[in-house]
Amino acid sequence: MKHAFYLGCIVPNRYPNIEKATRVTLPRLGIELEDMKGASCCPAPGVIKSFDRLTWLLLSARNLCIAEEMGLDVLTLCNGCYATLKEANTILTGNEKERRKINEMLSAIGRKFNGSIKVKHVAEVLYRDVGLDAIRSSVKRRLSVKVAAHYGCHIMKPTDLREWNTIERPTFLDEMIEATGASSVPYRNRMMCCGAGGGLRSGILDVALDMLREKLENMKQAGAECIVDICPFCHLQFDAGQIQLEEKFKAVYNIPVVYYTQLLGIAMELSENEVGLKMNKVAVANLFGPEKI
Amino acid sequence: MSHLKREVITSSGISPELSRFLINSGIERIRACIQCGTCTASCPSTGRTAYRTRMLIRKILLGLKEETLASEDLWLCTTCYTCSERCPRKIDVTNAILLLRNLAVKEGFMLGPHRDVARYLIAQGHAVPIDEETKKKRERLELPTLPPTVHSFPTALNEVQTLVKIAGFETLVEHGEKQR
Repeated sequence: MKHAFYLGCIVPNRYPNIEKATRVTLPRLGIELEDMKGASCCPAPGVIKSFDRLTWLLLSARNLCIAEEMGLDVLTLCNGCYATLKEANTILTGNEKERRKINEMLSAIGRKFNGSIKVKHVAEVLYRDVGLDAIRSSVKRRLSVKVAAHYGCHIMKPTDLREWNTIERPTFLDEMIEATGASSVPYRNRMMCCGAGGGLRSGILDVALDMLREKLENMKQAGAECIVDICPFCHLQFDAGQIQLEEKFKAVYNIPVVYYTQLLGIAMELSENEVGLKMNKVAVANLFGPEKI
Repeated sequence: MSHLKREVITSSGISPELSRFLINSGIERIRACIQCGTCTASCPSTGRTAYRTRMLIRKILLGLKEETLASEDLWLCTTCYTCSERCPRKIDVTNAILLLRNLAVKEGFMLGPHRDVARYLIAQGHAVPIDEETKKKRERLELPTLPPTVHSFPTALNEVQTLVKIAGFETLVEHGEKQR
């Protein structure tokens, strides 16, 4: 199964370890990744869509055109990129008036949106296309860590533009985590936002950090040894945010943050250089056994 | 007893513009709000800030345009969509907020850090462009120093900048600052 690999901003420009772990783990599960050369910011739904919907729709249409020219469905790693590209794809495919307007603008750069591909999140590809059995078979070392799963908002919401049909009690990420042997622990207000979205982290940081503090507190009380996420922006909030919480408010949690493909990489017994766990800001010492990482 | 004084809203500051704008933009259901407060109860900003989603909806319906668009409250939404999903009257509150933010930006109301994010997108094609620390990390991971995005292809960046101009985004962002 070949996919057009959409990197976005945070993965290649802040957390290249997530990019590396994904490039190494997915081919082992039969997912080939082909780079979307020249792709830009999706653009980010929290900020750019808040500022100007037209710019948001137009630039996402350009990104979609790149995948269309490759003839491949898009695979994204980020809930935000997924939101933008999936929603723009749905809007432009279903609304002829908007499509015509956007295509007129795209003609200035010689591109045209046709609506010929789908947009998928890596969690969707792993859970639905690859499947839990294949994930289990790829595991070489069963993990025993206690995980706080963080889904993030835009993977499932708004439900009318997604296919999960659940928002309050999803289980797909928990099942994916447990396929590696790790256990997903329940914690209070699990579906709460990480606090980064909607431009809040860039615009009004203290409020975003206060939301983060609440999430971390709930995770800590449930005895979680690490956080597993499927969105690099949530990842940045949890990881860089913990350092900011310590600096600004003397709140110390030290809960390591692991992106799902990194967790998978550890379970596949890949090396630190392939998973890049040490490149996160919060230390992961001894989390998965001292001899391995 | 000055603390008991109530703010009096007079008809002079009222305009149906906001609710009309939302209704024309597909949020017709806003008229069905019963002020139940499910949105406020679902909002992660509730309890840590003075922002109340229910109050925002009430202000929109009352027609308090300036107060709604100029308030920082509009930017306390993380767009988590929980209010939209749970609203018993099926009002798409989150998208209403996004639309109102577009209007606020048009009127020049934009937070400083947000203007910077917009400028990054315009200049580099990424809202979060690469930095020196990440370049080094990429090299250590044996990834290309620059990712295969607009960062590696100047012609691709030109395309993005052409589209940004056509959409009038640069003018919007910079004109806004003059207004403020």
